[in-house]
Amino acid sequence: MTPVLEASNLHVTFGTSIAAVRGISLTVARGETHCLVGESGCGKSVTALAIMGLLSRTAHRSADILRFHDHDLTRLSERGMARLRGDRIAMIFQEPMTSLNPAYTIGSQMAEVFERHRRVSRTIALDRAAELLHRVGITAPGMRLKQYPHQLSGGLRQRVMISMALMCEPELLIADEPTTALDVTVQAQILRLLQNLQRELGLALLLITHDLGIVARIADRVSVMYAGEIVESALTGPLFAAPTHPYTRGLLRCIPVPGQVRRDEPLGSIPGVVPRIAPEFIGCSFRERCAFAMPDCARDVPRQRAAVDHDYLCRLPPDWTRAEAA
Amino acid sequence: MTLAVEVRNLRRVFRTRSGMLAAERVVRAVDGVSFALPAGQVLGIVGESGCGKSTLARMILGLLPPSNGEILVDGRSLASMDRRERARLIQPVFQDPFSSLNPRQRVRDIVGLPLAAQGNVSDRQQRDRVMEMLGRVGISAEIADRLPAQLSGGQRQRVAIARALVLHPRIVVCDEPTSALDVSVQAQILNLLVELRRDLQLTYLFISHNLAVVEHIATEVAVMYLGRFVEQAPVDALFRDPRHPYTRALLASVLTPEPGKGIPDVGLGETYPDPANIPPGCRFHPRCPMALERCRTDAPDNIVSHGRLTECLLAETASGT
Repeated sequence: MTPVLEASNLHVTFGTSIAAVRGISLTVARGETHCLVGESGCGKSVTALAIMGLLSRTAHRSADILRFHDHDLTRLSERGMARLRGDRIAMIFQEPMTSLNPAYTIGSQMAEVFERHRRVSRTIALDRAAELLHRVGITAPGMRLKQYPHQLSGGLRQRVMISMALMCEPELLIADEPTTALDVTVQAQILRLLQNLQRELGLALLLITHDLGIVARIADRVSVMYAGEIVESALTGPLFAAPTHPYTRGLLRCIPVPGQVRRDEPLGSIPGVVPRIAPEFIGCSFRERCAFAMPDCARDVPRQRAAVDHDYLCRLPPDWTRAEAA
Repeated sequence: MTLAVEVRNLRRVFRTRSGMLAAERVVRAVDGVSFALPAGQVLGIVGESGCGKSTLARMILGLLPPSNGEILVDGRSLASMDRRERARLIQPVFQDPFSSLNPRQRVRDIVGLPLAAQGNVSDRQQRDRVMEMLGRVGISAEIADRLPAQLSGGQRQRVAIARALVLHPRIVVCDEPTSALDVSVQAQILNLLVELRRDLQLTYLFISHNLAVVEHIATEVAVMYLGRFVEQAPVDALFRDPRHPYTRALLASVLTPEPGKGIPDVGLGETYPDPANIPPGCRFHPRCPMALERCRTDAPDNIVSHGRLTECLLAETASGT
């Protein structure tokens, strides 16, 4: 099956000193949830903006392939991109309060997208908005359409953002930390909603998060990012069952899991901090923090196969984890 | 066993007006909280945004006067202490190390300020104690001369911890101390806090929205909802056998890294809690999947049995009172 989104060797640099995204490759198929997971500064949000064509002017994007269906996004004009954005490709951001316009009602913001792409009247657009608000579980959608963003709670605002993204029935939805600003109970509700909608509509969903708990529960495929690179990519089950990159393994050990806490033992942690990477950087970007680093890690690192559909970026052999466990 | 902190029927009301003619909003942020925290224990307080947990922390730190109620720290009334005395007993670590450190001061001066403010420490003593404390939290001497902007988030939080501990307080109030940090750094800071408590015999009041973090560090846990403790129990009892429907919903909402389990349905509906508009009866009833008719009108009492507290009519029925 041809993917909805395909990126190969995608790079984003800011000026001459910062390489934010360094040659990442990923695909998202129809009906698939692909999670991009990593800590702050790893380049996951920049990747999303690069796909959407929303990078600032100071950024430089290049890619061997960056394709949405048959559209080559590297060659598409800004007007062509604007036609796709909000229509066939939609995005949800982390903080709904800053991505909704405080001066306009929910209804007028939701209707605008539909009017622009579908050339329909305001009345029809508002009907569509009410239908979607109902669909994301908002009671009394007619009243909500007349309200302003500040009159809604965080959970409701994020529901509005989701329904706004779905106005034109997009084929690709990019969600950047959609629940990070929300309380846990609301987070579970919003993710459940997102998952149901994704299944019903057959959306290709690229979900960006720092939270491995979310990843485990919602993803079909996971790509772990570190310092601008995908250091490990696999289907969700194998990634959690047999993480192979030392960073992925370290990250999983850092998360306290309720009910499985051993208070007499310290939590696993990864010493040091994420480095800033310049474009001319060579070698493994994790080597400074890695317990298994060797002198060779300062040279080019191979991308290896741990199993079918499971690759990782590290010199260690695929079966090294057995030696570690022994 | 001596009590490090004791709080009796604490309340705090905020009155706000959005415009001259607008109706006054009365926010009951903390609405009758009582607890006793023995020395050397860690009371974890969990709850969602707006539940009043930070307001409670600020009152216990003496940064905000209560509207009602009493706070005893180390057996004495907090209200009767002056700032210096209070600072020697109880210190804060806040969530955001980016805004809680003075950006114009060097690390050594930030950590030295509580000592300087006491006024009875020589320069030499101050320097020695600052360096000793920085060493304890894992900050090297070369970093002591840097400005906060030159540090990572984890280093900043270490500096904030050193500043809190430099006077050797008995009690530390940690308000979301790891929430602004990445998971790999969060684990480093949690481990440090556990180690410091053991070595320095500290008492923590540990506030977080992250249940797993609280389970890791707390000995006793209180679940706060719209200004009240709705459940309080020793950590193992609370996580093994949660009794309040809200505690159960909170625990069910935690997404553990276990593939295949899917996203739980917590059944809380669409209503969100608003501290300016606390419902009559049980304050959780509009969201409660188990609410009975009388939960709409009858406020539950604190049911205390076997060292745990539950504020729920269902628990009253279950315990036969």
